[in-house]
Amino acid sequence: MPFLPHTPEDRRSMLAAIGVGNLDDLFASVPAQARLRGAPDLPPGLPEPEVLRELRDLAGRNLPVLDRPCFLGGGMYRHAIPAAVDALQGRLEFVTAYTPYQPEASQGTLQAFFEFQTMIAELTGMEVANASMYDGASAFAEACLMAASVTGRPRVLVSRGVHPHARAALRTATAHAGLEVEELPLAGGRTPLPRTIPADAACLALQSPNFLGAVEEIAPFCDAARGAGALGVVSVNPIALGLLASPGECGADIAVGEGQPLGVPPNYGGPSFGFFAARGEFVRRMPGRIVGETVDRDGKRGTVLTFQTREQHIRREKATSNICTNNALMALRGAIYLAFLGPRGLAEVASACATTAHVASERIFSIPGYAPLLEGPFFHEFAVRCARGADRVRAALAAAGIAGGIPLARFYPEFPDALLFAFTETNTEKEVDLLLGTLRSVR
Amino acid sequence: MRPNDRRYSETHEWAKPEPGSYLVGITDFAVEQLGDLTFLKLPPVGRKLRQGEAFGEIESVKAVSELYAPVAGTVLEVNAAAPDALELVRQDPFAAGWFLRIRAESGDGGYGKLLAADAYEKTLGAH
Amino acid sequence: MNKDLSIFERSRPGRRGYEPPRPPFPARDPASLFPASSLRRTPPALPEVSELDLVRHYVLLSKKNTSIADSFYPLGSCTMKYNPVANEVAAAMPGFAWLHPFQDDAEAQGFLVVLHRLERWLASLTGLPAVTLHPAAGAQGELTALLVARARHEDRGEGKRRTVLIPDSAHGTNPASVAMAGMTPLAVKSGPDGLVDVADLRAKVGAETALLMITNPNTLGLFEERILEIAEVLHRAGAFLYMDGANFNAIVGVTRPGDFGVDLMHMNLHKTMSTPHGGGGPGAGPIAVREEFAPHLPVPRVLEHAGRYSLEWDAPKSIGMLRGFLGNSGVLLRAYAYLRRYGGDGVRSIAEHAVLNANYLRARLRGDWHVPYDRTCMHEFVATNRRIKETGIRTLDVAKRLIDLGHHPPTIYFPLIVPEALMIEPTETESKETLDAFAEDMLRIAREARENPQLLRDAPVTTPVRRLDEVKAVREPRLRHPCPNSAVVSSGLGSAASAGGR
Repeated sequence: MPFLPHTPEDRRSMLAAIGVGNLDDLFASVPAQARLRGAPDLPPGLPEPEVLRELRDLAGRNLPVLDRPCFLGGGMYRHAIPAAVDALQGRLEFVTAYTPYQPEASQGTLQAFFEFQTMIAELTGMEVANASMYDGASAFAEACLMAASVTGRPRVLVSRGVHPHARAALRTATAHAGLEVEELPLAGGRTPLPRTIPADAACLALQSPNFLGAVEEIAPFCDAARGAGALGVVSVNPIALGLLASPGECGADIAVGEGQPLGVPPNYGGPSFGFFAARGEFVRRMPGRIVGETVDRDGKRGTVLTFQTREQHIRREKATSNICTNNALMALRGAIYLAFLGPRGLAEVASACATTAHVASERIFSIPGYAPLLEGPFFHEFAVRCARGADRVRAALAAAGIAGGIPLARFYPEFPDALLFAFTETNTEKEVDLLLGTLRSVR
Repeated sequence: MRPNDRRYSETHEWAKPEPGSYLVGITDFAVEQLGDLTFLKLPPVGRKLRQGEAFGEIESVKAVSELYAPVAGTVLEVNAAAPDALELVRQDPFAAGWFLRIRAESGDGGYGKLLAADAYEKTLGAH
Repeated sequence: MNKDLSIFERSRPGRRGYEPPRPPFPARDPASLFPASSLRRTPPALPEVSELDLVRHYVLLSKKNTSIADSFYPLGSCTMKYNPVANEVAAAMPGFAWLHPFQDDAEAQGFLVVLHRLERWLASLTGLPAVTLHPAAGAQGELTALLVARARHEDRGEGKRRTVLIPDSAHGTNPASVAMAGMTPLAVKSGPDGLVDVADLRAKVGAETALLMITNPNTLGLFEERILEIAEVLHRAGAFLYMDGANFNAIVGVTRPGDFGVDLMHMNLHKTMSTPHGGGGPGAGPIAVREEFAPHLPVPRVLEHAGRYSLEWDAPKSIGMLRGFLGNSGVLLRAYAYLRRYGGDGVRSIAEHAVLNANYLRARLRGDWHVPYDRTCMHEFVATNRRIKETGIRTLDVAKRLIDLGHHPPTIYFPLIVPEALMIEPTETESKETLDAFAEDMLRIAREARENPQLLRDAPVTTPVRRLDEVKAVREPRLRHPCPNSAVVSSGLGSAASAGGR
């Protein structure tokens, strides 16, 4: 059997040391009528080369987006990933370690988290960040739950521009928490500031750029939230923060987002990571793991998990959240990616995304039959109304080998004919031309 | 022997009668059980408490304990220095490390139901 | 060269390690694209390092870790077994890693085959026919199962059932998940044998009981021998039996939870199915349920019709989504590859050898170490410091000394019902020599506790840092590296360097 080291002699001597006759005797506490007779219904085991061959065959039945024109976004984007990210994250010392409960034996993971927290704080402009969440959607839901717990208020006002999966996760998370979720409608693809904010509002939550691609005016929302005694919760695209105002600059109380653009392949939806940052005063109310710096017995600098009394293993049903793992390995990718890019690299990637998207938008909207859905500014993604119908355009794009755009109708029935297109630094002029040519060809 | 001028709860709080109010804190035993203290959260002045109601939290690195009102009444005053000087609580839990001053709303606020020092100490034997 | 620098201390203004692809179009002036109010005013103070600086930094960090790849890691309940390298290779194949979740199902048939088969296999292993792969981790799997159970109760007019019984030996995640599901936990006592006290269970089951959340084998490493009776007590009262499958690795292929009365369970694929722990994730926490719960499972569901696979996003009775997109597909793929290696004929040997190794280690240690529940265990067992207690040596000291002797320590101070616990789970992939070496070192530590206790109190001394001041970490919080050009906007209510405020 694979991965099992014992020789028959090992087994004999170990059973003798235990004082039982055979392996079955070890399971005497399992009721006889519940024991499985025969093997479970799985195909027979295979050696490594055959498993890998089968998986290569299965991978070959997929149509990945790495080496063909791709304009898919909707929360996960194709960005270039420096080779060093794979090599360094792939080190088994990172891959096969557990949560750093023994800090002296886990300084690698802990220091990497500490640096990750610093980078997320810098990126978002917020005072504290945790060591990551499962993904952007669950981070958003947890942010709204935290706002409700901090304010002691039950109403979550959430923009309809927030990623539909994040809103779905929020609905599931709040379904039995005694909270009301109220959706703020869109106009021209953006979220108008509500005229009045109810006195029982816990937070105003919005996403920028939002799911339709529009850059929202965050600061007035945060001001309005503060004025009403509520919190401003903002979900952001981390790449956009190379150009756009940070949540901290806009006065946000909590900033979250999907970390996939930071060096993580789309992985067919996961794993990626979520990030979570907040104003310093809220650190004791934050979910997830937090790493802090301290000193050892000799006064040498080191890092530990801290504020653990927030967590479920100590506070049990009164914990800030039930989250245990933090998608650490994916957050490590994010840290390596950000360290590699630096402030200049990030600004260049953000600028390339925005430039290509704006060039493409001008050219797309010069083609008859395509009209913008958004009225305001966008970053690297935008919704396109297709006069000839989203399905026909999609079919033509697929036939041309192009990945994208995303039909909005599934999430926004009010936009039955719209497709969402995203552009990144990986899109070449040739790819853009193929997209334009294909759009032109749809009759 | 712990001070006889006050009474104790089984959850390790004490209440000391003073003119018009009770002074409230936790015992040396509770402090010792928690270890190095890191955080103390006390209620606002004016809060009404039932006897046995949770009024705050005290934490060490890896433990958290709720604080329960030994007597019923209204919070008249909190020891504002304590949260920022937890060594007061550790070094002098029966005096300088007090938490609240509570005015009993009716009667003795349940003070009579609390344990005398010797009875409290007997409960510690079980630990 | 200083090997202890932070990446920020390696940074020099103007240095760079990465060039993005050359842009195909002349860069637009941001001021022409966005209103001034939307533009970033201060750039983030990210590190500025060369590629070599970066490589060296993270290689040095990796060397400061203890991992399965370099050490025995008997961390109880965490199942630190070998993580096959081939599974990492498979997950990195561009045909899987570069599949976007919003692609048409037709473009993802290969991945959907993997997910569909994995669902079927997990159903076969659990004896519970309906499976969702959606949850991101075990804790999210718990919450999912609780919400599904609650939806089922509501659907059949039993919505008043809001109490969740939890044995006192359970992991803290259980009550935390119950609270998030808007239900109320109620503890059930463990008996002197370490198992659920069935009399206490009977006394606490009632018309308000939604379910019992049982970890089986439990956190003491014991199989709940009266599980059939427990299931009957719950079912007769109209409640469900939910199994926390954190320890499923002990029984996989030997018995199926569906066959001993379990209605719903979650699995931690990073435990039983050997997907790597990654320093704390990503995991995956699928749940398996009896057919009657299937309509309430989260979306999307993976469907198969005449050899074509698709994702179903609309299910009227579904509890919805708990995270974005499908699930941690890349983790699920690793679990698939792992099960493919063992196959139906081999999975039983996982449990057999996990249990063999745990019992062998128990037999080796029981003379010098107190084993409070000293009988045939499953995949793990609990020891304590009782026999060396008079030396003043605590379990924490034992753990730190183990580090100096080259082992990762067991889980300590858990379960809570055993004072000074050392929870030891060797896993099936460790050889007899490794177990013997660990046992010898544990016996050595028992001796050292009496002869040279200072050695234990001083440990560890072989690590990059010695024991760290965790009190200072909370009292004087430093939760980020200070950067001179920081882009953080202070709220004035708590500064970045000391963010502990009230």
